[in-house]
Amino acid sequence: MDEIKKKIKKIDLRRKAFKKLMKRKRIYRRIEDSLAKRRKAERRFAAYGKVAVSIALIFLSILFFNIISKGYTAFVQTQILLPVTLTAEDLNNDNSQAILIKGLQDLFPDSSSNIRKLLPLLSKSAPESLKKVPADGLNHEVWLQASSPVDMFNKSGLKNKNKLSETQAEWVKDLDQKARVRRVFNTSFFKSGDSRDPERAGILGSLVGSILVIISCMLLAFPLGTMTAIYLEEFAKKNKFTDFIELNINNLAAVPSIIYGLLGLAVYLQFMGVPRSAPLAGGLTLALMALPVIVIATRTSIRAIPQGIRDGAIALGASRLQVTMHHVLPLAMPGIMTGTILSIARVMGETAPLLMIGMMAFIVDVPDSFLSPATAMPVQIYLWSDSAEQGFIEKTSAAIIVLLVLLAAINAVAVYLRKKFEVRW
Amino acid sequence: MSGKIKMSAKGVNVFYAEKQALFDVNMEIHKHTVTALIGPSGCGKSTYLRCLNRMNDTVENCKISGKILLGEENIYDEDVDVVALRSKVGMVFQKPNPFPKSIYDNVAYGPRIHSLTESKEELDMVVQKSLKRAGLWEEVKDRLSDMATGLSGGQQQRLCIARAIAIKPELVLMDEPCSALDPIATAIIEDLITELKEKFTIVMVTHSIQQARRVSDYTGFFHMGRLLEFGETKQVFENPTNEKTQGYINGKFG
Repeated sequence: MDEIKKKIKKIDLRRKAFKKLMKRKRIYRRIEDSLAKRRKAERRFAAYGKVAVSIALIFLSILFFNIISKGYTAFVQTQILLPVTLTAEDLNNDNSQAILIKGLQDLFPDSSSNIRKLLPLLSKSAPESLKKVPADGLNHEVWLQASSPVDMFNKSGLKNKNKLSETQAEWVKDLDQKARVRRVFNTSFFKSGDSRDPERAGILGSLVGSILVIISCMLLAFPLGTMTAIYLEEFAKKNKFTDFIELNINNLAAVPSIIYGLLGLAVYLQFMGVPRSAPLAGGLTLALMALPVIVIATRTSIRAIPQGIRDGAIALGASRLQVTMHHVLPLAMPGIMTGTILSIARVMGETAPLLMIGMMAFIVDVPDSFLSPATAMPVQIYLWSDSAEQGFIEKTSAAIIVLLVLLAAINAVAVYLRKKFEVRW
Repeated sequence: MSGKIKMSAKGVNVFYAEKQALFDVNMEIHKHTVTALIGPSGCGKSTYLRCLNRMNDTVENCKISGKILLGEENIYDEDVDVVALRSKVGMVFQKPNPFPKSIYDNVAYGPRIHSLTESKEELDMVVQKSLKRAGLWEEVKDRLSDMATGLSGGQQQRLCIARAIAIKPELVLMDEPCSALDPIATAIIEDLITELKEKFTIVMVTHSIQQARRVSDYTGFFHMGRLLEFGETKQVFENPTNEKTQGYINGKFG
């Protein structure tokens, strides 16, 4: 009997061991199966990511291609070589138009029936350029700026004559054959303010306006923002009131920008009496927008500083101000700088608040103070894009290129500062 | 063993908001000795240590009652300047926390903010002396202008000790100074603590019962916010009066 019982027991044990083995195998198989599933999901996710990135890249390259292909021609301008003779008498009597017409007539002797069509070949800035010619009664060959239609015609490879008449187009072709037409780098685009004539319009006015706006904006927003953040993080007691302030600062960052414009109009222009269209008004208004961004960036970088650093200084007997000045602020500086620079970039591209305070205006003069009328780059872009003149299309794109280059440069500075002053602990 | 009393706590209670963290702690800390505070996690030993230089002031909602006397003066009196107190009671933390500055600037920071030295030479001397006393001088004397964060963990902790003793405090508090270090660095710091008690009075929190036994002269055992046992280390370890102490020391819980 015992023998049998022992055998049964043995078989039983084996069966159990076998079951165990099978169970383990089943578990392994399940893990294998789920592993395959997980790998698949991972691959799928990576594929989605790649698709998203490539779509973004496509959009970006279309944007850049579009802007650059339209805008790069604005960086060159067409000039015409004209023979002119000036006498001292001409200078006194301001005969510049007659002199120009005479020069053109010399080039096109058969134009007597079309005299009126001669002068529109040249830019309205041409008389200005005559002043550089010596008034000695001798014949001089001078390069003069062409008018916008001629410029467009030349840049289109003498194909799209557009506003030019048949005769004028023939003249330009003739000039081109005589090598009296050239294209040079358009320095006046960077040297002059806005103009009704596309060939004379430049970016300098709005660029200076933008810079003045940003300077006045940062003079207000940077000290105010960093002080607020430092006080809230390092000095203020945490209670309902500071919670309330914090909530409101976060909300402020989400307020539509046009509302800041209304606020600026009511407070700065009507109440405080800042002149309309002044960069100071723009800067102060945009400071309201930059403020929450700077506060949040500063608080984030202050919070990233390990408590151990503060504890170490406090335990050595440093006062709260010393802890802040010696440790917290220097360590938070890269973050504060990055946040500030990014807020500058944001402010630089802002248009809506400026509409409300009169910075959306046609202003020819380059602003020379914080109170003189000015406009800003994004506003200038909008104004040009709205213009009917063909010549402004390339100006619009060129201004966008300048703005984008500036923004890229600002961001590069931010990245550089962060890398340079980054402290590891 | 008993010397002059440097600091004494009388009926100290600590509350974090509504929760009471310490119950009626009385303790006398003797001059030029090492006092070790042991006990399981969350027993209140670190809280007690941070009361001694009022580091708990930086914690919101923390309330303290009772008296802690440094010499004759209650450090919780209203007219006590915490800055002055902390210059007398230095502290070394669990995790080495050198400032992200040069080794020299780390040690010189305390003397500088308290205007302890009058000339650059004097400051150099203080830095050198402190580093020597912390046993770090030989390792760093050629690279004092290097970043302190580039040192190893054990070196950083010794730098923190040098930084704490550079302003010549009367007491040095150490909150588990070796828990983030490897055994070799730990041994070096333990030797250092034994040397430092010649000049300073040391109170240290430790998780290691063996460490308390090796370096301390007095030991206090905390449990659930109460100081259950306090006395000379030898007596606490060999002849504890409280059975919880015995259980903890013998590794029955903790």
